[in-house]
Amino acid sequence: MLLLIKYTLLYGIVLMLVALGGMFSERSGVINLALEGIMSVGALAGVLTLCILPQGMAPGLVVLISIVVSAVAGLVYSLLLGFSAITLKADQTIGGTALNMMATALAVVIVKVFNGSASAKLNYSNNAFLIDIPVGDDKLTINVFLFIGLIILLLAFLFLYKTKWGLRLRSCGEHPQAADSVGINVYRWRYIGVMFSGLLGGIGGFAYVIPSVSTWNFEVGVTGFGFLALAVMIFGQWKPINIFGAAMFFAVFKSLANIADSTFLAGLGLSKNVYDMMPFIASMIILVLFSKNSRAPKAEGIPYDKGKR
Amino acid sequence: MSNTTTMKSAAPKNSISRKSGLISATNSILSSIVCIIIGLLVGFIILVCINAEHAGEGFMTILIGGFNNINAHARNISKEIAEAAPLIMTGLSVAFAYKTGLFNIGAAGQYSVGALGALYFALVLHMPWYICILAAMLCGAVWGAIPGLLKAFFNVNEVITSIMFNWIALYGVNELLKNNVLGKMYESTKNKTYVVRTTSAGSAIPNMGLDNIFSKSTTIAIFIAIIVAIIMYIIINKTTFGYELKACGHNKDAAKYAGINEKRSIILSMVIAGALAGLGAALFYLSGVGEWNPNDSTACPAIGFNGISVALLAVCNPIGCVFSALLISHITVGGSCLATAYYQPEIADIIIGVIIYLCAFAMLFKMLIGKVVKVKSTSDANADPQIELHEPDSDKEAEKEDEE
Repeated sequence: MLLLIKYTLLYGIVLMLVALGGMFSERSGVINLALEGIMSVGALAGVLTLCILPQGMAPGLVVLISIVVSAVAGLVYSLLLGFSAITLKADQTIGGTALNMMATALAVVIVKVFNGSASAKLNYSNNAFLIDIPVGDDKLTINVFLFIGLIILLLAFLFLYKTKWGLRLRSCGEHPQAADSVGINVYRWRYIGVMFSGLLGGIGGFAYVIPSVSTWNFEVGVTGFGFLALAVMIFGQWKPINIFGAAMFFAVFKSLANIADSTFLAGLGLSKNVYDMMPFIASMIILVLFSKNSRAPKAEGIPYDKGKR
Repeated sequence: MSNTTTMKSAAPKNSISRKSGLISATNSILSSIVCIIIGLLVGFIILVCINAEHAGEGFMTILIGGFNNINAHARNISKEIAEAAPLIMTGLSVAFAYKTGLFNIGAAGQYSVGALGALYFALVLHMPWYICILAAMLCGAVWGAIPGLLKAFFNVNEVITSIMFNWIALYGVNELLKNNVLGKMYESTKNKTYVVRTTSAGSAIPNMGLDNIFSKSTTIAIFIAIIVAIIMYIIINKTTFGYELKACGHNKDAAKYAGINEKRSIILSMVIAGALAGLGAALFYLSGVGEWNPNDSTACPAIGFNGISVALLAVCNPIGCVFSALLISHITVGGSCLATAYYQPEIADIIIGVIIYLCAFAMLFKMLIGKVVKVKSTSDANADPQIELHEPDSDKEAEKEDEE
């Protein structure tokens, strides 16, 4: 049971962070299909930083620096999406897909150059990120991203609903022409939305890779987690608190694959492939049930053209 | 009299519209070429960054692609042709769906399920190759139909659906193949499925003598792919069905208002797209280019995703897909020929990624090129509105001149 809680919290926070990122982007009117790629880039930057930082450094500082680097890397990469989708008014779906393809290839090449060999794997130590909480005889391992995630969730909620900036951002996703007519710079707010998504996507990618294993093969990217986060966002109806709930729901399914061997589930005799399928099947069912009366931002996916009224 | 005038005014209009169509086609090709050149330049810069000393040599290796070592053995060029055939199919799959306004990112999943169908009919049932191909198409079509149905009836975004179905297909196919659920297909000593050509010779796509020039895996698959591309071109551009699909792509509501069943169009478009991707898998596995590895459960088949690149680079033109698939196969093979001591084969993937990223705003290039071309053809562009403004008198004068 503790194992299930551990993995649910781990995956749930990752899904929530990335889905919140997607939410900011879509609330400002830009569909961010590049989340998968942004996560890979963030993970790569964070892990590389861990490998480069000197051994004797204080653990707190290591954690802080690597998280900041992963966030900045995600932000910079997301600017590529912003440039094509906002400045050049290109098709957002195509741009996002291209960035996904590029991210994995880029990560593999950079890691291979860093390793100086044909291996795309990086080894790292993740002790600084983990905290053990004793529960009875056993212990529950949680990681720093749990706290970071909860703080970000609170900030995201306050930003979106309790500040004038949140209102401006949302208005750009609902009716950019109306927003523009009252003096809101739609292009700037859409860039801000995309940059937020890059920031959170970068941290999310790092949070996915770091706590569970100490070796990562960058050839696999982040194994479809960015897309799962998009499903979480839709299930969460583009609202922070709902996204948190949706993320935890999905995380339970995702965790089943990790705990299948060591718990009562082993008795069922199902293979890993079946458990791997589960979060995707669950999200499919959820999407079918919830897409009919979807409350998606009205102007998402449509490039804003000042000249078009 | 009035008849002749309308005919006369219609004739030049038609030729001009054909001309402007030609110009826009040239612009599309030019903008794709600009994308390719910039992509290659970025690749060159990456090569220089990694190892400046061998950059020129490495860049040439990528440019030459399949023609590396052509004198010693035809391995690379065979690989290029053999891999181009399935790429054309997945490219057509994405392009066809795009004409109906659907972004079929699920070609990889349809390809996986198609592979399962092809392998089952070949390795277990020992059917002749054309039956195996049909089976693969059917499997792909079913897998493509589901996102289509969900889109049409439940308004679920087909991009998200097909991504989910990619992963479900990958895990499902791996599960069925690895545990030999459907029959003996998995050779555990080699970690791969059995080789089609040795297990069931009749199920392999025939070579027709091509293996004398190239390697064994070069079959008539490439010709099948080209023929299918031509058929798709005809369906999209010359039939009522194709027109209905395109109308749905341009404006779903307007198409519905005009009496087109938009739900049927969406579903049929995805069914055909799925069948094309399934056919691609059949061309790959029945030619024996490679075998399925059910232990590889972390990434969907690359050919499925590269279909997106093929389609976008071809601006979703079926004939263009043939050329862009050859180009992408060329660059990929070129990347795999890079000396691994200095460079990584994935550099080719970065180049392709950059090209697609640029294709996303190819419209911008198209406009820029259009401006340059416009300077040359200003007279033509001005001629168009003038015809409509023709006054009856001048028409008559023109006729008189003609009669003389």
